[in-house]
Amino acid sequence: MGITDIPRKDHAVNLAGIALADLAVPTGREEEWRFTPLKRLRGLHELTSAPATTIFQVSAAPGVTVSTGAVDATHYAPADRIAAAALQLSAGATIIEVAPELVVSDPIVISANSDQLSVGHLRIRVGQHSRCTLILDITGSGTQATTVELLAEDGAQVTFAHIADGDRDQVLSGQDHIRLGRDATVQHVAVTLGGDLVRLVTTCAYEQQGGDFEALGVFFTDSGQHHEHRLFVDHATPHCSSNVAYKGALQGDGAHAVWIGDVLIRAAAEGTRTYEMNRNLVLTTGARADSVPNLEIETGNVISAGHASATGRFDEEQMFYLLSRGIPEVEAKRLVVRGFINDLVQRIPIAELRERLLRRVETRLGSHDPRYDFDDEGNSAE
Amino acid sequence: MSMSTLEIRELEVRVQTENGPKDILKGVNLTIRAGETHAIMGHNGSGKSTLAYTISGHPKYHVVGGSITLDGVDLLSMSVDERARAGLFLAMQHPIDIPGVSVSNFLRTSVTAIRGEAPKLRNWVKEMKGAMEALQIDSAFADRNVNEGFSGGERKRHEILQLELLNPRIAVLDETDSGLDVDALRVVADGVNRVRATGRTGVLLITHTSRLLKHIPAEFVHVFSDGRIIHEGGMEVASLIDEQGYEPFLGARS
Repeated sequence: MGITDIPRKDHAVNLAGIALADLAVPTGREEEWRFTPLKRLRGLHELTSAPATTIFQVSAAPGVTVSTGAVDATHYAPADRIAAAALQLSAGATIIEVAPELVVSDPIVISANSDQLSVGHLRIRVGQHSRCTLILDITGSGTQATTVELLAEDGAQVTFAHIADGDRDQVLSGQDHIRLGRDATVQHVAVTLGGDLVRLVTTCAYEQQGGDFEALGVFFTDSGQHHEHRLFVDHATPHCSSNVAYKGALQGDGAHAVWIGDVLIRAAAEGTRTYEMNRNLVLTTGARADSVPNLEIETGNVISAGHASATGRFDEEQMFYLLSRGIPEVEAKRLVVRGFINDLVQRIPIAELRERLLRRVETRLGSHDPRYDFDDEGNSAE
Repeated sequence: MSMSTLEIRELEVRVQTENGPKDILKGVNLTIRAGETHAIMGHNGSGKSTLAYTISGHPKYHVVGGSITLDGVDLLSMSVDERARAGLFLAMQHPIDIPGVSVSNFLRTSVTAIRGEAPKLRNWVKEMKGAMEALQIDSAFADRNVNEGFSGGERKRHEILQLELLNPRIAVLDETDSGLDVDALRVVADGVNRVRATGRTGVLLITHTSRLLKHIPAEFVHVFSDGRIIHEGGMEVASLIDEQGYEPFLGARS
């Protein structure tokens, strides 16, 4: 933790409910903005009047109702000025409600495609003891600020995948705010591949005991891209657990990935288990990864708490070793990147998303020879 | 397979150092044919490892004179992976960790590259297990990341495992005996000897002691000093080095 860090708990409290006009426009010197190239946000950080509101399409499923309504920020603590702007400037919210005691087998896909500047708000409530998977996928070349509030009521089990895989000039910023009821389980999956700039803040609040939050992230940051993931897990209730695991590969000039992992265990949060991890693999020179884990513990009674952060370089000697075994360069990189992210990819419970992710990453690594396709058992794919 | 020949002629190699360019190899001549075993012996720093890495094409070593051909084909114009697919293999003194890549995935990929097609699963599993057993490598080893956390002995066995599976025309073994205890040395030497027994592979052993040669007899022993071969003979040369060190040969040169 840098000495300039502002404790996030105070920061979050301070921002909630303040009129946008009274929120200072970031200058880049603030702790939460110091890694972000503000000029590339296309004005998202300095919005004062409402642009268009993002229109979300939601796939239909029995027991799942979709409506529009007013934005209700009662339970939302915006992490920064962009999130505050999305909340305050969105003309309305898209509201998704999953009935209690329901198992929705197919993923609920929430999509938007835009080449414009827009802000949007999604409110998702998953009823008690329901199980479902949601995928948020905003495509196009637009500039979007999106806030998501996901409430998993008591005993609900939810996977929420947030995909950032838009056009190469897309700008995405926003916040996914996760609220967990008693014994609720939420798995948040961030898959960040596209865009010019992606800045995703994920915040997690436990409202009852026994909540279980897992945040998985896989990103591939290419030449010129800025991918920033910021997490804040706020353990305020007893006997909850959190597990944050992010892995990213970077290649090319100006590729920049930022990972900030803040975990706060408040005095009341006895019996907490938490672990956060970020590993980055830098494939070429000119790419840069910043990784800052931060764990604050205010109670002496935790079960486990830890963090790990490492950025490794795939270097010339590793490449030489693989090449000297006859493996062509593209296949060598593919082998290494696939191996690096594989354990996290296997934890994503959506097969189509796993395949899409691997396919997209491999395309970025160069044209590949199908002779090297093996299935999981080690067989040739043919 | 035709009998392969590696020919090194008047090879001169330079590296960039902090103090500017430095000439390491100063005119090396060496011919290795399939079925032959050669040993290059010399002090640390004599340039032996540079020769090994230059043959493989490591980008650090710049060839400023001479030639290397395999069956008449210019190796120096080939990339590292092309050389390997042409039939060269280098067992490294310090094999590199490859994070995230399992041994089984690595072996399967390199076998696919060298053979030009992916091996059939059933045959492949049998082949890999057999090769691992012969080198007394535990089967759990296949799931570990390449060289990550390997002991010195495991690294060397893994190099020889690759040698046996890739079946090269020319194999260069750089200080393969270093860091091996007596038992591990015997296991590794047995692996090399199995490859030699096929008669299809030319072997170049690079070593500074005769320890390895007690298990892998070489027909040709070359004494290396200051970037060139200064004496050639048979196993009697290794025996003399064992007894008297390199001094008799260094004296003979001046």
